[in-house]
Amino acid sequence: MHESAKTTPSTSLPRPSGLSGFASDWASDQRTFKNVSWGKAMMWIFLLSDTFVFGCFLLAYMTARMSTTVPWPNPSEVFALHIGGQDVPLILIAIMTFVLISSSGTMAMAVNYGYRRDRRKTAILMLLTALFGATFVGMQAFEWTKLIMEGVRPWENPFGAAQFGSTFFMITGFHGTHVTIGVIFLIIIARKVWRGDFDTEKRGFFTSRKGNYEIVEITGLYWHFVDLVWVFIFAFFYLW
Amino acid sequence: MAQTAAHSAQPTAQAEHQQHPIKLYLAVWGLLFVLSFFSYLVDYLHVQGYLRWSLILIFMVLKAGLIVAIFMHMAWERLALTYAILLPPILVLVFVAMMVSEANYTLLTRLTAFGAAP
Repeated sequence: MHESAKTTPSTSLPRPSGLSGFASDWASDQRTFKNVSWGKAMMWIFLLSDTFVFGCFLLAYMTARMSTTVPWPNPSEVFALHIGGQDVPLILIAIMTFVLISSSGTMAMAVNYGYRRDRRKTAILMLLTALFGATFVGMQAFEWTKLIMEGVRPWENPFGAAQFGSTFFMITGFHGTHVTIGVIFLIIIARKVWRGDFDTEKRGFFTSRKGNYEIVEITGLYWHFVDLVWVFIFAFFYLW
Repeated sequence: MAQTAAHSAQPTAQAEHQQHPIKLYLAVWGLLFVLSFFSYLVDYLHVQGYLRWSLILIFMVLKAGLIVAIFMHMAWERLALTYAILLPPILVLVFVAMMVSEANYTLLTRLTAFGAAP
C-alpha cells in the first residue's frame, strides 16, 4: 500500500527577506501577503483607495488655487480666534491637530494592550480615542458654524477667491465624515472588547465568524489613516 | 510573549502579531507633538516664501512617515505589502505635475481673456 507523507504547515521553510523576499512573495503563485491576515490586507487596500480620494481632493484644491486670478484668502487670518483681546492665528486648528495626534497615541496603545489580551485597558483606551475623535468633530462643527456666520459659502466668501469655500467645505467635510465613521467603528469594537467577545470567541453578528484581537489593530489602521490625512490637510490647506 | 507563541501554534494562524513596547509609541507620540508645534510655529512666526513651503513639507513628511512606519506598523511588514501600499500613491505626483501645467494654462487664458484681477 502506497502512503503519502503528510507535511505540517508549521515546519515551512524560512521566507527570504528584503528585495528577494518581495520578489518571491509576489511570484509565488500563492497568497502574496504571507504574514498578514486578509482583514488587515483588505483594510490596507481600502486605505490605499482612500488615499487616492483625498489625493484628488487636494489636487483639485491646488488646481483651483493656482488658476484663480483673485487673491486666495489668508488661512492664518480666516481661522484666527479672538482670545483675550487679540487675534491668535490658526489656534483652533492647532488644538484640533493636537487632539487628533493624542487620539492616535491612545489608539496605538490600545492595539498593544489588545494583543496582551488586557480587555479593560484596551476598551478604555479605545473609548478614549473615540472621545478625542468626537472632540475633534465638535471643534470642526464650531469652526464650520463660525465661518458660515461670517458669510463663507461654497460659491462665495468675503475674504477673497470664491473657490476657497467650496474646497474648504469639501475637504474638511469629507475628513470630518471619516472621523465620525471612525468614532462609530471604535465604539462598536470597544464594546465587543469590553464584553469579552474575543476571549470567549463569540461569533459576529453579521459574519458569524469568531473574531480575535487583530480587529483592534485593523480599527487602529483606519484611525491612524484619518490622522494621516489630517497631516496633509493641515499642511496644504491651513498652512500653505 | 507566551500568548503570541500560543497563537502561532494554531495551524490557521499564519498572521504575525505586531507587538512593540509602549515606550516606543509614547516616544513617537511626543515627537509628533513637537513636529506639530514646529509646523504651527511656521505660521505663528510668519515665515514666508520658499523657507515656509519647505519647512511645511519637511514637517509634513516627517509626521506622515512616523505615523505610517510606527503607528501603522509598516516598518515591520514584509516588503510585499509595503511596496504594494506605498508605491502607488507616488503616481499621484505625476497627476500633480499634469495639473500644475493645466492650472498655469487656465490662469494664462483667464489673464489674457479677462485681463488682470477684477
